[in-house]
Amino acid sequence: MVEYCLLCNIYIVPRISWSFFFFQHEEELLCDDCRKKLTKISGKTCEKCGRPLVKLATEYIQNNICLDCIRWEQDEQWSGILEKNISIYEYNDFFKDVLSQFKFRGDYILAEIFAQEIRKTTKLIKYDLIVPIPLSQERLLERGFNQAEALILAAGSQPYHALTRVHSEKQSKKSRKERIHIENVFQVAEPVHGKAILLIDDIYTTGSTIRHAAKTLKMAGAKSVVSFTVARG
Amino acid sequence: MSSELQAFLSGRKLLESEIPSNLLDATSQHITYQDGITKENNLWKCSRCGNTNQNLFATLPCTRCKQNCTYCRNCIMMGRVSTCTPLLGWNGPDPEVPPTEHPLQWEGRLSDGQQHASAAVVKAIQTKSDILVWAVCGAGKTEVLFAGINEALQTGQRVCIATPRTDVVLELAPRFRKVFPHTTISAIYGGSQDRHQYAQLVISTTHQLFRFENAFDVVIVDEVDAFPYTFDKTLQWAVEKAARQISAKIHLTATPNSKWQNECMIGKRNYVTIPARFHRHPLPVPEFNWCGNWRKHIEKDKLPRVIENWVSVRLKAEKQTLVFLPNIKLMEKAAPLFQKLHPKIESVHAEDPKRKEKVERMRAKETPILLTTTILERGVTFPNIDVAVVGAEDRIFTEAALVQISGRVGRSAEYPTGIIAFFHFGHSKEMIKAQNHIIHMNREAKKRGLIDG
Repeated sequence: MVEYCLLCNIYIVPRISWSFFFFQHEEELLCDDCRKKLTKISGKTCEKCGRPLVKLATEYIQNNICLDCIRWEQDEQWSGILEKNISIYEYNDFFKDVLSQFKFRGDYILAEIFAQEIRKTTKLIKYDLIVPIPLSQERLLERGFNQAEALILAAGSQPYHALTRVHSEKQSKKSRKERIHIENVFQVAEPVHGKAILLIDDIYTTGSTIRHAAKTLKMAGAKSVVSFTVARG
Repeated sequence: MSSELQAFLSGRKLLESEIPSNLLDATSQHITYQDGITKENNLWKCSRCGNTNQNLFATLPCTRCKQNCTYCRNCIMMGRVSTCTPLLGWNGPDPEVPPTEHPLQWEGRLSDGQQHASAAVVKAIQTKSDILVWAVCGAGKTEVLFAGINEALQTGQRVCIATPRTDVVLELAPRFRKVFPHTTISAIYGGSQDRHQYAQLVISTTHQLFRFENAFDVVIVDEVDAFPYTFDKTLQWAVEKAARQISAKIHLTATPNSKWQNECMIGKRNYVTIPARFHRHPLPVPEFNWCGNWRKHIEKDKLPRVIENWVSVRLKAEKQTLVFLPNIKLMEKAAPLFQKLHPKIESVHAEDPKRKEKVERMRAKETPILLTTTILERGVTFPNIDVAVVGAEDRIFTEAALVQISGRVGRSAEYPTGIIAFFHFGHSKEMIKAQNHIIHMNREAKKRGLIDG
């Protein structure tokens, strides 16, 4: 049993109540302070991409869908490629730091922080295969692990490696336009015909990575693609 | 032998990914490889930071070695050290540095107290021994180091000054570059650009010493009593690792912990004191003012009368004042009460995003009174202020904290005096220790003729 907060290493005082003795309980991995700093998305969200709508000006919203998603859906190339995206946390400064420690510093164990929420949310989605957004071979060797795969494993599922990725520049260094008009970097490596796919990634920012991956899967005959990311940027 | 690689790797312990690939010559016989993580008596240990706290190790299914790799979480911010990432070192000769004739170019003069300590530092460097420089706040510690560093550089030795905070590195580097104009000096902190050069004088954050090994003939550790150095065993280990086996270690502090104080008293630790400030005025001695149950008052949205009166006097006289409070919660509760006395009173704490601006406004004399937690207990100088500690008996105010806080008063030669007041609801041992500490220093200074009057 972990007794220290995975983020600040402070001793976690166990909350003892009667249910503690009688029922199964989830391990506490974070102290209350750190847990509070991770903000869950709440209130109305875009029905397509899961973005919180409260913070968005009304002219960017139509029928509970954000303008970004409307633009994607109006483009016939992209219409209907992604059923919907679901995210759990807001991409605030604290999340940014946690994600950077997990993904760029390579602190693999931090995937555990999200395991419980991922399990809860993915239970509500019907799918046949759970597919991680892949890293290129180069990036995979550099980091030592794929963060999307780590999230799936932490949640206790088995990743299905349907996709591979050709090496390219880091996404985070590009603008939205560059990201959207980039050539497709994904290829299908395993059969997906007629399957309902749940795509997993750490963060949804412009949605370009997820949609390119989804398109590749649909072209290979996947029945539908829903995506799940830990945070919504 | 590549001299560039030699300059880069000599005295260091680095991950392969930290070395530019054009320098990395796999055929070099001088590169050493050490396991990044080792296992001793069934316990993991990190070879870079010395961490043995088993909570701070984790495992990943590694795509590089295709095995379960254990990695260290204590120093992961500097790049992951795991069982499959070796640490690279250098066992060849050090780069040759031609000795400089007169490295020190400084016209200033030392006070008598500084002079005495300076001579002791020179001797410690000559004999490769350890010394504690116990110097009061405002004694002028930096200048005390000049002669010793000069001595070391003249004889081709390598020197490191380690300090807990990046802002201190940034403040010290230009000062040393000015007085040692012909010496290569690196300023090293997370994200600094000076990492690639071989410098004879390295000014570094204590954390960055994890990347050095067997490098320095002289290691100077600033503020040895300050967090996190005293609490983090791995930082103390880093200092040992960065020093050569035979080396001089100079520790600087105004407030050694009681263990060190005892060791000094019974003769187990070599030390020298500077009991007086450079301006030859005694340290202001804290006065104790009983103020009733301050916690209860503030929780009921009232300031204790004694404190309100004391503050009002300062506001009327337009004397800038720092008011220390035990924690953020209490400070935020008390801030509006103080602001009723003057609207421009501000409060600041460690996680305050506007911390810098608020300190600047205090410096510019726009803020009459600044409320603060212990973050401003050291390192800051406002020339002409009074200081109050509200709830001085609270656990957070240790002897060291109270001595440092008292040390904020009367620092400049133009305004060498001021009031330091402890407001309390019963004395604590730490308050009395702090007061005695200061009285003792003044007495010693007087005996040694280091203060006037």
